[in-house]
Amino acid sequence: MIKASATNFPSPVGESKPRIDAREKITGAAVYTDDLQFGSALLHARIKRSPYPHALIKRIDVSKARALPGVKAIVTGQDFPGYIGLYLRDRYIFCRDRVRYVGDPVAGVAAVSETAAEQALDLIEVEYEVLEPVLDPEFGVNAEAPLIHPDLGKYEVVNFIFPKPGTNISNHFKLRKGNVDSAWGKCAAIIERKYRIPHIQHVPIEPHIAIAKVDDKGDVTLWASSQSPFAQRNLIAQSLGLSQSEMRVISPSVGGGFGSKAGVSMESLAVAIAMKVNGHPVKLRLTREEEFYTAFVRQGLVAYFKMGCDEKGQLLAMENKFYWDGGAYTEYGVNITRAAGYSCTGPYEVPNVKGDSYCVYTNHPVGGPMRGFGMPEMHAGLEQCIDDLAIQIGMDTVAFRKLNCLKTNSILATGGRIHPIGLDQCIEKAAEEIEWEKKVPASAPNKRRGKGVAAMWKAPAMPPNAGSSAWVELAEDGKVNVGVGGQDLGQGAFTISAQMAAAALGVPYESVRVAVPVDTRYSPYEWQTVASRLTWSMGNAIVNAAKDVRRQVLDLVAEDWEESPDELDIVNGVVISYKSEKETPLKNLVIYGLPNPDGRGWKGGPIIGRGNFMPNDVTGLDAETGQGEHGVVHYTTGAQAIELEVDLDTGRIEIIKGVAAFDVGKAINPDMVKAQMEGGMVQGLSSALFEQLQLKDGFLQNPNLVDYRIATSTDIPREMKSIIVEVPQDDGPWGARGIGEHSMVPTLPAIANAIYDAIGIRFDGPPFTAEKVYLAMLDAGIVK
Amino acid sequence: MAFHKISITINKESEQVVVPSNMTLMQMLRESLALTGTKNGCSAGECGACTVLLNGQPVNSCMVLAVECDGAEIITVEGLAHDRQLDPIQEAIIESGAVQCGFCTPGILISSRALLDRNPDPTEDEIGEALVGNLCRCTGYARIIEAVKKAARTKAIIAQSIPTD
Repeated sequence: MIKASATNFPSPVGESKPRIDAREKITGAAVYTDDLQFGSALLHARIKRSPYPHALIKRIDVSKARALPGVKAIVTGQDFPGYIGLYLRDRYIFCRDRVRYVGDPVAGVAAVSETAAEQALDLIEVEYEVLEPVLDPEFGVNAEAPLIHPDLGKYEVVNFIFPKPGTNISNHFKLRKGNVDSAWGKCAAIIERKYRIPHIQHVPIEPHIAIAKVDDKGDVTLWASSQSPFAQRNLIAQSLGLSQSEMRVISPSVGGGFGSKAGVSMESLAVAIAMKVNGHPVKLRLTREEEFYTAFVRQGLVAYFKMGCDEKGQLLAMENKFYWDGGAYTEYGVNITRAAGYSCTGPYEVPNVKGDSYCVYTNHPVGGPMRGFGMPEMHAGLEQCIDDLAIQIGMDTVAFRKLNCLKTNSILATGGRIHPIGLDQCIEKAAEEIEWEKKVPASAPNKRRGKGVAAMWKAPAMPPNAGSSAWVELAEDGKVNVGVGGQDLGQGAFTISAQMAAAALGVPYESVRVAVPVDTRYSPYEWQTVASRLTWSMGNAIVNAAKDVRRQVLDLVAEDWEESPDELDIVNGVVISYKSEKETPLKNLVIYGLPNPDGRGWKGGPIIGRGNFMPNDVTGLDAETGQGEHGVVHYTTGAQAIELEVDLDTGRIEIIKGVAAFDVGKAINPDMVKAQMEGGMVQGLSSALFEQLQLKDGFLQNPNLVDYRIATSTDIPREMKSIIVEVPQDDGPWGARGIGEHSMVPTLPAIANAIYDAIGIRFDGPPFTAEKVYLAMLDAGIVK
Repeated sequence: MAFHKISITINKESEQVVVPSNMTLMQMLRESLALTGTKNGCSAGECGACTVLLNGQPVNSCMVLAVECDGAEIITVEGLAHDRQLDPIQEAIIESGAVQCGFCTPGILISSRALLDRNPDPTEDEIGEALVGNLCRCTGYARIIEAVKKAARTKAIIAQSIPTD
């Protein structure tokens, strides 16, 4: 007789389980990289940085600095000739001949204290020949603009990025479908707009930190707050002429990433310095000021949109041109511009499309991945244009979106058809929740109220063969340890790893631990924790590893019970037979196996399962047309609706209500999916209302948290509502696809559309600060 | 550099520490006492991750010199729980799903605890005001505010169940 507790066992997938790492994080016990203790051998590193946006290095003299007591090593670019970069290897670890932004690393010091290292920086003499900088991407593409990377043609580059040697263009993505020129004549309404999206920064509350140590064999260990331990192993080893297996990366808890801790930014500096002081761990911790302009920033964008529709509101053509302010190095950023290129129509079916996305080198901080990977910037303008076009043709903006949005099987601008999606449901549910049809009066005579909606799509942007792997092992007590190489940045990757392993194996969630911290020596390979790809990709690897365990367990028990494995199951940590109704707990067999009858030895042995996952059906996109059958693995889609008030006396925007609806395929942990939707909306709100890196002549004017304001606890919507739509992903675990990044993509245009609804004013770019809004209302005669 | 010997009470334990004149309270906690639950997010009093209770008041410990704390009583995130029994605000933060990366969380917990100590029944606006100096980039704050309300209710129930005379 099978116990009722076994058969009534609910699946841990789809349940809002508590965070697996919550308790350590609320008691102060969670270990972050700066909390690691290294003892008295520890040295501290500081970096000498370029004071010019663009200059040639004529001479570096480190002799005075080297003589300073306490200084153990000084390195410059002369020591490290290798290039580094993810998609385009365009960067040295330390500058060798040229500096390309204010903050570019010129030399590194290791000393017994941060103070001594800081003093040494002042003694390093660098002579520069100052060059004209490129400070605007539209200027940068011109023939008369100074060349920032004269060697662009010599750089190694992946085969889906197209640099233009002899120019500042490090990638040009072209999308060509139908014929836009002949389509304009058929349009009943056409609009053209230009938007300028400023650089912003991720602002993780934990700044970048890395500690590197080289042992006497030359093996390197790097401890870093990292989204990408394996990519860092690969890229840093390549650049320094090491073999990947000689490099070990350990990544403890990460205090926020949002893309800034993906790829390699400052970690290679710590490793390079440590190579000169074997045996000593070397700690490099960015100050908050350095975090603002020497870690990755979000690229700036100048975007031109032209779009038209027929008299019924059907979109007929789009012609979009993006000039990305990629900054001094675009080793990672080139792929952002590609993603924006193939996604440039937004989530709409458009028969005639011409898209051009240019990644342009400038003498600005290094552009890199940030939550949304080009989509928030691109949708910021696009979704305002969709509103304007709908209004011009006399349609409701929600109805216009529902008419034109991608539905299951719609034809994509890149060719091929889209998989099953629930975008129309997302738009409808978001509109319904915000009571779209209902006009609400302002709460006071000095306020105006408005509502706005925006939709979005985003695919994981990654190489076609980005892979995941996982292992699952069990202890004597039958409890489970899951090895993963993906990182928990707060999004909950470890929690859902445990849920998926538990569900796939047939054990309670509470029986599963995740083997952390991620350590490239012991953890299974994972490409990077980026692209909102872990739930889907790493999830598939975990399921495969758990299935591998199941197969081994069931084969063993079936042999012992002389039954078929098909008649057996694992439920709530117990192996059961539906046929014979026998049962035995996992702990009886997962380590020591099972005894053969009559005392003739044992069978089985310690059980360990392995699994991997890699997409195998992604095709390239044609260099001239952007056409390809299956250019990306899938798209997550969604919509947001915003209701806000504009204060006529101050220009201040108050968000009354924010609604998010996303099609996540399947919510593995619904409460954590909603937490992503809320956090993303507030980050989107912050980028809409407050954030801008104020760059003047290449210098950042506001590198601190007072002058660069992010949303606080008093800025959030009075009410937030998150709606989960589930149209399953055919190759996702339980149908799941990603949500982490998508949640901030439509927020800015939804707010812009609501501001327009309230006061009839559009801005050419964010942030919509109180000052900017008030002055615009003054100009428009709304206030006097 | 002059050094000073100071006596302080940290999480109810008496400690004597020798500190240089320019050492901040944050540095003393993290580097001299290995109380690394207090986080360094900016070293400039802007982010709130290093918030601790100094004689019952929440302060940015990166903005206080250790030598100023001679004779003071300090509570850090490590001192919120007693005998593995979590403070109601810690319980509520877990229940509300109000922690993601966790780096701001120690400061949020301390500021929330200080608020509830001085105002056992705060409104949402009062909670928002009390936490305005604690930046969080992950959660969007709503769940944190919800957690503080939940902790206030729990504390009220606990208070009612304790005889007052």
